[in-house]
Amino acid sequence: MEGLLPKLPLADWIDSFVDWLTVTFAFIFDAITVSLEGIVEGLFTVLEFIPSYILIILIGLLAWKLSTKGIALFAIIGLFLIDNLGYWEGMLETLSLVLTAVIITVVIGIPMGIWASQKNTVKQIITPILDFMQTMPAFVYLIPAIFFFSIGVVPGVVASVIFAVPPTIRLTILGIQQVPADIIEAAEAFGSTTSQRLLKVQLPLAMPTIMAGVNQSIMLSLSMVVIASMVGSPGLGADVYRAVTQIQIGKGFEAGLAIVVMAIILDRITQNIGIKKQGGKI
Amino acid sequence: MREHNVKLSVKNVTKVFGKNPKKALQLLNDGNSKTDILKRTGSTVGVNQATFDVHAGEIFVIMGLSGSGKSTLVRTLNRLIDPTVGEVWIDGKDITKMKKEELRNIRRKKISMVFQNFALLPHRTILENTEYGLEIQGVDKEDRKEKALNALKLVGLEGYENQFPKQLSGGMQQRVGLARALANDTDILLMDEAFSALDPLIRKDMQDELLELQSTMEKTIIFITHDLDEALRIGDKIALMKDGEIVQIGSPEEILMNPSNQYVERFVEDVDLSKVLTASHVMKRAETVQIDKGPRVALQMMKKLGISSIYVVDKKQILLGAITADDAKTAAENGQTLQAIINPNVQKVTGETLLTDLFDKVSTATIPVAVVDENNRLYGILVRGAVIGGLAGNNEVINVLEEAKKEVAADQSSKGGNQ
Repeated sequence: MEGLLPKLPLADWIDSFVDWLTVTFAFIFDAITVSLEGIVEGLFTVLEFIPSYILIILIGLLAWKLSTKGIALFAIIGLFLIDNLGYWEGMLETLSLVLTAVIITVVIGIPMGIWASQKNTVKQIITPILDFMQTMPAFVYLIPAIFFFSIGVVPGVVASVIFAVPPTIRLTILGIQQVPADIIEAAEAFGSTTSQRLLKVQLPLAMPTIMAGVNQSIMLSLSMVVIASMVGSPGLGADVYRAVTQIQIGKGFEAGLAIVVMAIILDRITQNIGIKKQGGKI
Repeated sequence: MREHNVKLSVKNVTKVFGKNPKKALQLLNDGNSKTDILKRTGSTVGVNQATFDVHAGEIFVIMGLSGSGKSTLVRTLNRLIDPTVGEVWIDGKDITKMKKEELRNIRRKKISMVFQNFALLPHRTILENTEYGLEIQGVDKEDRKEKALNALKLVGLEGYENQFPKQLSGGMQQRVGLARALANDTDILLMDEAFSALDPLIRKDMQDELLELQSTMEKTIIFITHDLDEALRIGDKIALMKDGEIVQIGSPEEILMNPSNQYVERFVEDVDLSKVLTASHVMKRAETVQIDKGPRVALQMMKKLGISSIYVVDKKQILLGAITADDAKTAAENGQTLQAIINPNVQKVTGETLLTDLFDKVSTATIPVAVVDENNRLYGILVRGAVIGGLAGNNEVINVLEEAKKEVAADQSSKGGNQ
């Protein structure tokens, strides 16, 4: 085969394409960098401003309201442990990064999902792109991310968003299309406009499924924090990464544990949002 | 109700599902069957040239087995499904030619729908569900709440307005579906197998309630069902569908008594006649004597007719009681009037009583059971033989339609009162 057909210079093409993008759209990338940095730092500043024990109690109350007493207790004990071990600031940095990534995911993902659910062609175009985004090893798009956004927290956020947005889009599509046909018919039969049907019928009914997608996105972006630390994102991921490179088993375990605690709290809190809103009746 | 105007007129509506409706239409016009067309084009004929008129205030039942196209047909009436060809006229306007906005307006103001599986919004309370149609029209909050509460009251769901659909039973959920449709106050109500998902007892209650509501509201109702008993119970007119075609349209009695073809015949042959036929179907003309006549006249009449008892009425045909030949004889010998020997405790039923409910009374009665109207006016009598004959499906004893009286008269004169 090699003799018959020369190797396609795909790598070269992509290199030059990325170079071209970097130069041509530098102003856009700069704007994105500045604004993302602003959001992450803003969140961090706010979170850091609140004394740790107050924030712990607030999160505990939130967990109690949205989930069970047990989860609230777990959140309080777990967060005290993180504070005690000295990972409080790292956790806040990670939380800011994850929250930023999730906000962007929701802002992009839900409208995309709605659009794709209404138009079949859009869905057909989006689906392979989503497959690509999810299966391409995350490291691969860290490299262009550095080119576009230099190192630091921003390429981490961007990589997290790319990695985390597919479940939100997919489950938004699924949730909307799962609304029973006769309920849609009823909405139509009473003379709903398209937006009334969407806002009053489809989205409320799809909400639990959409929230399951957001929940998945949160977990995925959390799983990206260690990878993001390789391009210079601060936080618990950086602690893990440092421990790995320096072979400090104990420290690595502590930082890893802090991530696990965070993950469980975030998961349990967000799991119930969509369901609670319908009074538990779906 | 016949004198009312045509409210909804369906003209030649055909619906073809599939990629090549034009070719399928062509084949259909050439008289090919549904299966042939499916084989040759891959298209399914949902509805085939349906044409009918529905008058204002009428309950028009479209009946057929599953797959006969009745649900498709009803959906073309508010264009949840667009007909491939054909016209649907509502109040003199062809809705198939309407633009989106205009159609939406028709759906909001003229025509509302009740669904088989209720199709309630699970995230909304009963009240919010009922308000839905008004809410999307932008009716203000107080106003729509009032209307929705009224509609809920009509269907007997007062006090449930803050519950969620899942908290109610199937029958109650469908009442909400009905209330939602009523709240919009449209003239036309489409009911797609509205009661089919309910268990038989609840279904019967709902049918009764619908009829009761209808007696005060005078809506134009198009009711889809696969259940002939239901169709016969509630329909003013019935259209029978098979393979997308309407095979017969008529009143329940016409359908039962004169099935237009074998299909209809087979459909109706399973009907439990005792649940369809009423006292008026099997009654015979009553022989009566007026109260002011003497016992001798009564005796003479009984002798002439060869019967052993006779009903006594006043001048307005109001039933007073019955006398037997023996009593009349004694009275004649003792010089008494009819008043003295009349037995007022006779078995009475109304003309609408079903045969099933008659059987008991007829079998225990010593004299024929009287059929009276609500003013106690005597209409006819029930002879045991005719009731049993009717139950057995013997058409000879059944009085068909308007011919009833003549036939009874002829019957009477040929057989005489067999008492």
